[in-house]
Amino acid sequence: MGVPLNPFVIMVAAALTSNMVLSNFLGMCSFISVSKDIKTANGLGMAVTFVLTLTSVLNYLVYYYILVPLELVYLRYIVFIIVIAAFVQFLEMVIDRFSPALYINLGIFLPLITVNCAILGGVLFMIIREYSLIQSLFFGFGSGIGWWLAIVALAAMRMRMREKDIPPQLVGPGITMIIIGIMALAFLGFSGMVPVQ
Amino acid sequence: MADSKRETFFANIWKNNPVIVQILGICSALAVTNNLTNTLIMGIGLIFTTGFSSLTIAALRKYIPKNVRMMIQVLIIATYVIILDIVLKAYLPGISKALGPYVGLIITNCIIMGRAEAYAQSHGPVLSFIDGVSAGIGYSLILLAVAFVRELLGFGSLFGLRVLPEGFTPWVIMITAPSAFFIIGAIIWIARTPFVKKK
Repeated sequence: MGVPLNPFVIMVAAALTSNMVLSNFLGMCSFISVSKDIKTANGLGMAVTFVLTLTSVLNYLVYYYILVPLELVYLRYIVFIIVIAAFVQFLEMVIDRFSPALYINLGIFLPLITVNCAILGGVLFMIIREYSLIQSLFFGFGSGIGWWLAIVALAAMRMRMREKDIPPQLVGPGITMIIIGIMALAFLGFSGMVPVQ
Repeated sequence: MADSKRETFFANIWKNNPVIVQILGICSALAVTNNLTNTLIMGIGLIFTTGFSSLTIAALRKYIPKNVRMMIQVLIIATYVIILDIVLKAYLPGISKALGPYVGLIITNCIIMGRAEAYAQSHGPVLSFIDGVSAGIGYSLILLAVAFVRELLGFGSLFGLRVLPEGFTPWVIMITAPSAFFIIGAIIWIARTPFVKKK
């Protein structure tokens, strides 16, 4: 089991060359709807990174130590989504209990994360590519960082676009899609930097 | 009643199209749009899932407690996605492999949750089923349009069959991710032009 790849390489690849949102189209819904303001974008990015890292590890353990031995692999989608939802709920309670300040910043984004495709996508990629535990940890973290970077960059650009004179049909989602396209092109420049896809 | 069924059906395909108007659910399926065959299968799978999960959620809506409804909706959707995944693996193993994680990602496709929340929650099973199916069709049509442009210009073929002459130089950008964003942007631009002029 496992690909003999340096975990650090996987992390860089996940963050830059195969960025979650720009080259795998994962997490687009919240990527577009929450990127109007840089502060909220930052909060959501942070929450996604955190949840993605930990759920990757959690789902790795659940998959290889519970589902595979019990031959319940076909139930994996339901199990993964339950693990993610339960973890997010748990995290919300913990943060609320121990750090109210963080809860105010992060709390409102947590429910959004359950249905964020990037989380489930990260987990499914990890299973399909047969990463080991350490690789999964770095992969989850790298993917989260990549998503965070992309949403903050997009929010910054959208804030600047506000005063610009855009054709009225393109205002809002239209121009956002085109900005994302240009960003994706820029990220394409990273490919070849790391020898994994 | 017949009228309202027909209205429900067509509203989602054009006036209220999930991709163009609501910008929902672009997540899971854009990645498969560089090839028409895969896109078609994905679209059919999505129509199946939205239709039946809307039907089920609408039929059970009086029994689902309000505060855990999200969780139950996700479970219902996941059940249908698992059925879809197993069917694909059994009958179309090649395509199932090419679609990879994106079949599973239908679960988190916002369209399905969106239809469940916005429509199935408050309407009867038959109308919800029509609503779900038409939302799926509206979504698939946009994806097919994107895939048409990408496959035609990126490979010079449609459904794997060569249509452009040998001398045609494939546009490499059409195979890579950015082109999908540009095409969606352009589709939104074209689709919104008539609406904006009316104002």
